[in-house]
Amino acid sequence: MSPDFWIIVTAILAATSCGLIGAFLVLRQNAMLGDAISHSVLPGLVLAFIITSSNSVLPMLIGATVMGLLTAYLTELLSKSGLLYKDASIGIVFTFLFSVGVILLTLFAGDVHIDQDCVLYGEIAYTPWDRFIYASTDLGPRSVWVLGGVLLANIIFIVSFFKQLKITSFDSEFAESVGISTKKWHYLLMTMVALTVVASFEAVGAILVVAMLIIPGAVAYLLTNNLIKMLFLTAVVGILSALGGFQGAVIFDSSIAGFMAVFGGIIFVIALFYKIISGRIQTQ
Amino acid sequence: MNEHPPIEVHDLTVAYRKKPVLWDIDFSIPKGKLIGMIGPNGAGKSTLLKAIMGLLPLVSGFVKVYGKPLNKKNNQIAYVPQRESVDWDFPTSALDVVTMGRYNNLSLFGRLKKEDIEIARQSLDRLGMSDYAERQISQLSGGQQQRVFLARALTQNSEIYLMDEPLAGVDASTELAIIELLKELKEQNKTVIVVHHDLHTVADYFDWVMMLNLRMVKFGPVDEVFNNENLKITYGGKLNLLSEMAEKVAQ
Repeated sequence: MSPDFWIIVTAILAATSCGLIGAFLVLRQNAMLGDAISHSVLPGLVLAFIITSSNSVLPMLIGATVMGLLTAYLTELLSKSGLLYKDASIGIVFTFLFSVGVILLTLFAGDVHIDQDCVLYGEIAYTPWDRFIYASTDLGPRSVWVLGGVLLANIIFIVSFFKQLKITSFDSEFAESVGISTKKWHYLLMTMVALTVVASFEAVGAILVVAMLIIPGAVAYLLTNNLIKMLFLTAVVGILSALGGFQGAVIFDSSIAGFMAVFGGIIFVIALFYKIISGRIQTQ
Repeated sequence: MNEHPPIEVHDLTVAYRKKPVLWDIDFSIPKGKLIGMIGPNGAGKSTLLKAIMGLLPLVSGFVKVYGKPLNKKNNQIAYVPQRESVDWDFPTSALDVVTMGRYNNLSLFGRLKKEDIEIARQSLDRLGMSDYAERQISQLSGGQQQRVFLARALTQNSEIYLMDEPLAGVDASTELAIIELLKELKEQNKTVIVVHHDLHTVADYFDWVMMLNLRMVKFGPVDEVFNNENLKITYGGKLNLLSEMAEKVAQ
């Protein structure tokens, strides 16, 4: 398989897994918490590197998930205290954790094999050369395995707990009144967000991962009134932005992740116009 | 059948950010009554319903349902939140929202059965909403959305219903449909508490009235406690027009 093939596969896996879990952030009006988690996983990653002095996947996932949950928890704690609004709480918590990560990264830069640019912007073009080797057999790019695993986990999570995710997203008070804990499902969802974000980190970086989380779900939200259709559409938009982003990057010889986000943005604008025009026609 | 009252609240205090919003609430609800809950804005009406449902931490006191702490898992109480509390642009249909009332009967991985969908359709039918089952919820009128919420509560087949302002801002035909439903529930000897804002209709719609303003001002049968004096205490001095009206009601 050519490197290009693996780059496209990686891009599609990242865009669809982020998109599917991110669709629930869009529905729960929690998009900025996704942004926060995508940044605050950084200290978790760096600590995992420092402690294990390797870039193996499991410690990375654990470190990132712990930080992701800490972000969700601290944000909740601050805004529930009544001292700050939710957006201010998010702003404080994630910038603090992210800056701790940046400092750790510079302090231990010699020991840690993380490129700072890569953290921010990701470098999907390098992912085909980071191989997953088990028992001295080359099983293909590591990112494909990690992202594939996370996509599968997300699909299993969403399919198994569809009713809980739906009811807590739509009407949290009613959900609570029938014994479905809004809090529990909030943190489980945030766990999946943290896992997804860290798996996509290498490919798209801390900043653009937000675009992958939010844009596909936001496009689908505009285009359909059915939750299941919305999730399928989200995946389609994710795949389209991955393909379009790769093509754009090849043509302009530029960042693939950057073009994926730009292409997603273009799809969003088209969807928005479609929504406005079709809305006009309906009301006339 | 059961000697314990459907709902018993004792010494209940609820605080929001350390400021008490309900003080020392104490009451016991008789079975099979339609109870209207009235009080000015910020009196703690919604808070009291949520406290009964166990949705809020209590500073003190307890709530008992048929003599025991509420078990949310067995549909003892069906709760109808305020219509404004949810996003009606959520991508789902009326029928789908109504089936959520059946989630309580499902296990962690459980799925809705044909029977659940059938019950949801019947509930929509009871509220005259059969034709709107597949309609997207954003395309329903406010009154229709309210009926969807009530239909969802019906699918729980509970003995007790707590409804938060179901008659606020609904059209006349929805109001009729809801009043009809309340009567049906009473005939089935169910216990219903309704947060209500329209003092004109209290005497027509309800048997008992709960007059709330941070504390329980008065709770009892409408013909005994729904009078000018108690309304004045409940609403403070802001009740000139309303008290005249209440006098008429009392006559």
